[in-house]
Amino acid sequence: MVKHFLNKLRKGSADTIKEGKGDIISFSLKKDRILDYIFNKILLLSALCIVLFVVGMLITLIAASSESIKQFGLKFFVTNIWDYKNNIYGSLAFMTGTLATSFIALLISLPFSFSISILLGVYLREGFLSNFIKVTTELLAGIPSVIYGFWGFFFMGPIMRSVAVFFGVEGSSGYGIITSSIILAIMIIPYTASIGREVIELVPGNLVEGAYSLGATRFEVVTKIVVPFAFSGIFAGVILSLGRALGETMAVTMLIGNTNDIPKGLFSTGNTIASVIANEFNEASGVKMASLIELGFVLMAITLVVNFIGKYIIKKMSME
Amino acid sequence: MKKFLVLCSVVISVLVVLLNGCKSTKSEPVEILGAGATFPAPLYNKMFDEYYNLTKNKVNYQAIGSGGGIKQYKEKTVDFGGTDAYLSDKEIADILAVGDSVLHVPTCIGAVVVAFNLPGITKIKLSPEAVSGIFLGTITKWDDALIVADNKDVTLPAMDIKLVTRSDSSGTTFVFTDYLAQVSKEWSEKFGADKSINWPAKGVLSGKGNPGVAGLITQMPGSLGYIELSYATQNGISYAALKNKSGNFIEPTLGSASKAAAGSIPADTRISLVDSDVSDAYSIASFTWLIFNKELNYGGRTEHQAKEIVKMLQWVITDGQQYNEALDYAKIPEATVVTAKEILKQVTYNGKTLSK
Repeated sequence: MVKHFLNKLRKGSADTIKEGKGDIISFSLKKDRILDYIFNKILLLSALCIVLFVVGMLITLIAASSESIKQFGLKFFVTNIWDYKNNIYGSLAFMTGTLATSFIALLISLPFSFSISILLGVYLREGFLSNFIKVTTELLAGIPSVIYGFWGFFFMGPIMRSVAVFFGVEGSSGYGIITSSIILAIMIIPYTASIGREVIELVPGNLVEGAYSLGATRFEVVTKIVVPFAFSGIFAGVILSLGRALGETMAVTMLIGNTNDIPKGLFSTGNTIASVIANEFNEASGVKMASLIELGFVLMAITLVVNFIGKYIIKKMSME
Repeated sequence: MKKFLVLCSVVISVLVVLLNGCKSTKSEPVEILGAGATFPAPLYNKMFDEYYNLTKNKVNYQAIGSGGGIKQYKEKTVDFGGTDAYLSDKEIADILAVGDSVLHVPTCIGAVVVAFNLPGITKIKLSPEAVSGIFLGTITKWDDALIVADNKDVTLPAMDIKLVTRSDSSGTTFVFTDYLAQVSKEWSEKFGADKSINWPAKGVLSGKGNPGVAGLITQMPGSLGYIELSYATQNGISYAALKNKSGNFIEPTLGSASKAAAGSIPADTRISLVDSDVSDAYSIASFTWLIFNKELNYGGRTEHQAKEIVKMLQWVITDGQQYNEALDYAKIPEATVVTAKEILKQVTYNGKTLSK
């Protein structure tokens, strides 16, 4: 089809030149159109590839987990069993572990990332200190997760052990839900913060100046103009970082204690979907392997659902 | 200039002839592919590196885990598999059912230690009853009567025992639970020996890999867990002397682990070494094996390749053993080497025996 189109164009231009009606400009215009056409198709093709990739991934995940889907059905999602001996598997413990660590991490990170984005977006827009804070925050995003895990393992663990004693929790090892959540929170702060800052910088200057000219204080400008205007963007950043928290593997594996049970409290140990997959897939086979793959599917589904809910909220917010 | 070119071409042609001559007199190096257990991987890497220097035969071993090694062996994508647990009778029957026959040769002995972290205490003694009680969850305090009874000379604190286990499924867990199942009827009935276990004790913490468990133990006072001997010695972690079947308390060392194989070994070497009868043997030891097909004419292997595979295996159980102890793996005893040599004699190519 492309060939046909090119031929037509080429022929057309040759004709026009032969008849003396065409000139160099129309020829180069046509050449641009061909390039534009090809470029357009390449873009479309790469976009379709990504869609195909995601769909293909979902299909293979479902196909490879058919054994456990057949055997456990919906029970897989509501039972808290991970029984190696009898080969009975359910995902509830890991789903709760994943959601608990991610949402607690989000809660912990929000005040920090929110403050950083407002500070850098409104109060400290330029200067050495602004750059310093900006670079430091972005540096956090570049640290490999195993380093966070390592740091958490050797420094946060013992500290959390003392914290647990302070709160009267007995026999805590210092590792578990809360320790993982704190590390996850530090890991996701740069995402929320840098997106928040950029969105806040996009708030139209005339709106802000208008508010100032009406006698608004800085605090009022932030709370009444900047934050409401930038809310949907900030929220999008939050959703993005939540996605990262849901899928984080290495740091969580090192800190959560890897107990295949529903966590009973903040200081309790647990396990997440990503972590249990990383731990067990290398020696798994049969139903266990199928169950692990189904867990992968569950994690993908959770991420999708969280993203859709996020998009919905953003849409609702920006319409108001 | 012309002369120079002529000279050059003469030199090159002489070189080519010489090189070809070399090629025809010396046997062509082969590539051998293996995959499996991660526990002996450092040893295999060292051995195969030395073997390459000796013979120019390249042995590529991928440490993908015992389960993966067995799988790859069955799918015939590798020349040999590595495994920490020998194939069960059922697995062997399954392989026979498809017309193949599998052979095992042990390459080294690994010891699993009961490691602990008690401030100020570096040596304790544990009886099998104490170890199984701790992992069954019936013993929860360090000053439990069953532990104190064997450690009169040590003041044990009234601390909770914080159990540390492996989070990933592993041969280490298999060997350790194999021991528990051997010494405790309750354990063998409820849990048996497996690579992953639903630990019955409360508040069990799990770390990924030997380093993960070793890390958790060093981090937490009052903790107790199981790791490979080498990880304990390299990280300065204390470990317990265990009371063996003969009633002696034995410190885990390469020597005492090797002793576990000093008893009678079956002709196919498929035996668990835990809870050995030998009076000075350490109780939690295990062979790790290489497994391969008895008939090597499959997947387009030539007789030359088959011969080289057998030669390599022979080297591993004989000359290759000199690298074991430097890397913290116990050697297989002389008697076992003899048995393993007999096994290698069974290897055939088109039904024809390969080694004398």
